Amino acid sequence: MSPELSDRLRPMTPVALSAYTLVTANGRGVGAVLEALRARRSALRPCDFEDVRLKTYIGRVEGLEDFSLDRDLEPFDCRNNRLAWLGLQQDGFTAAVAEAKQRYGTHRIAVIMGTSTSGILETEHAYRARDPHTGSLPAWYVPRYRYTHNMFSLGYFVRTCLGLHGPAMVISTACSSSAKVFATAARLMQAGLCDAAIVGGVDSLCHTTLYGFSALQLLSPEPCRPCDEDRDGLSLGEAAGYVLLERIERAGGRGTVALLGYGESTDGYHMSHPHPEGAGAIRAMRDALARAGIRPEAVDYVNLHGTATRANDEAEDKAVYCVFGARPACSSTKGWTGHTLGAAGVTEAIISALCLTHHFIPGTLNCWRVDSLLKCRILRDHQFGSLSCVVSNIFGFGGNNCSLVLGKL
Amino acid sequence: MELAIRGIGLLAPGLLGWEGSRSVLAGMQPYVPAPVPQPQATILPPNERRRSSDAVRWAVEVAHEAMGRSGLDQRAVPAVFTSSGGEISVFDQLSRLLATQDRLVSPTLFHQSVHNAASGYWGIATAGQESSTALSCYDDSFIAGLVEAAALVETEGRPVLLVAYDLPVPAPLHEARPITTGFAMALVLSPLAEASIATVTLTLKEASEGEPTSLADQVLEQLRKHNPAARSLPLLCTIAAGMRQTVVFDWLGDQRIEVTVRPCRL
Repeated sequence: MSPELSDRLRPMTPVALSAYTLVTANGRGVGAVLEALRARRSALRPCDFEDVRLKTYIGRVEGLEDFSLDRDLEPFDCRNNRLAWLGLQQDGFTAAVAEAKQRYGTHRIAVIMGTSTSGILETEHAYRARDPHTGSLPAWYVPRYRYTHNMFSLGYFVRTCLGLHGPAMVISTACSSSAKVFATAARLMQAGLCDAAIVGGVDSLCHTTLYGFSALQLLSPEPCRPCDEDRDGLSLGEAAGYVLLERIERAGGRGTVALLGYGESTDGYHMSHPHPEGAGAIRAMRDALARAGIRPEAVDYVNLHGTATRANDEAEDKAVYCVFGARPACSSTKGWTGHTLGAAGVTEAIISALCLTHHFIPGTLNCWRVDSLLKCRILRDHQFGSLSCVVSNIFGFGGNNCSLVLGKL
Repeated sequence: MELAIRGIGLLAPGLLGWEGSRSVLAGMQPYVPAPVPQPQATILPPNERRRSSDAVRWAVEVAHEAMGRSGLDQRAVPAVFTSSGGEISVFDQLSRLLATQDRLVSPTLFHQSVHNAASGYWGIATAGQESSTALSCYDDSFIAGLVEAAALVETEGRPVLLVAYDLPVPAPLHEARPITTGFAMALVLSPLAEASIATVTLTLKEASEGEPTSLADQVLEQLRKHNPAARSLPLLCTIAAGMRQTVVFDWLGDQRIEVTVRPCRL
């Protein structure tokens, strides 16, 4: 580790992940996600989202078309908030939040959420329904912008559902959004602005991202193949994940998974291409290790961003190799879920927590032949056995990078 | 949390730059709104400047002004960008294209649509690798950004750049979000330091304690109410007036952030 970096940052006090829940295309709740991981069952399917005509695969969450939010939550009704609502119903998460409210009070629990496109699908629908003469938006849409498309809609919705009155914001830094929420929450707790935090991410399928990534020629016509020598792009997915973060004095029993460190950086290079040598990614990983107060040798597993684009996997490999060498196991879980964009950070943090508690490392689904140019130890098959420390990487547009270190107390 | 303000940037109708706006903000000259010339955003490389949205240019312009005043190395300062709607004019263009038969969107337009576009362009302009974030809290985006930036200063013990901006919302989206005037401002915050414009103390309270501060000048007050980034005006006015005073900000209706300003002699 570069001495200048470890000197600059003081180790942080770990923060406990005292409850968490996840919905991906693999299923509802961490049990369904874990079962799919173990069985190597991908949720990617040929694109059947609305009337999209693109040859690509997607990780679509089943059932979002079959219900709507009603009563007090009706103004929030849109695909993204339905997915957010579905996420809140799993794994006894709301019961855990209710207990936390008893412990700390509703003003002392922050809500820090991440998303890249929020409820933009509502605006896409509204633009199709513009008045052909005046060009104005349909009346049903106008009062809904605040509750659906606006970036804060997700934070407002989660805060409303959970009855919380503490600090709140939505972080939107493209794909790194819901990794950075952990860093923000840890800082707010350390600065004494809250005693606990709900962090998470929700991102849902929409035309903007499907046609946008298609325009960038980054969508694979097949299920994505991270780290494979013939990989040819990503598959988009959608997910909702939440974590209750508490101080370890209150919730840090032995074996609890904790956030040990985080590192955030920018590439300062290009809006949509990663830095070819992964310079910003190296910085994020080193800062995360420094805050965790650990050396690279302590890390058993690196959950790669691993989107399966040519450029990402190559640059990330260089960066991971530079920090860790070829020792730790590395894999990408995008073959199960697709790239869930603003929800990818929390999705993969929770998958990392599942690896720590269930003693296994997933192989890289759909990676048939590891690209021989990659120098890291990329796992194709599952590896079983106890592990104590995981690094999860997320990199996004705008050259925005975030690495998290998770471990057991 | 106790912080120093080391630099300020400002761009709004009739408020072109911090230094030139101080006497208006201090109430010593009348506020006369006037159209804002297109920001030059000279710190952006020409290619990026050509491609960037108005929101990016406004944000980068005030960031550059505030960093220049601070005298700090802009590559070494983490940044917090906050905006209610971010790249909403880009969403307008994308949504129009996605409503057509062939739905052909340009790759550049797509990557410009991310909420962290200004953050990304600032990183490219400064070739910096420090952390940079982009957030939103609807009408309270400024105060949420100030809290995020202050917590960074507090926990890291180093300077942080805060940039708040919201630009007019184009038709037809303006029916749903009627923001008609642009506003961008930036603060360089740091641990207490010698060469600062003012020091501020931030305190989080429940909403039962204290009413949010409004402005006496009715034209400025209208600006404050109708642009989320302009919610910063009571703080800027207090600093400009060189007064020791506490400014109260609403945060989501159920919390208040009290900011006690103490001017520093320069």
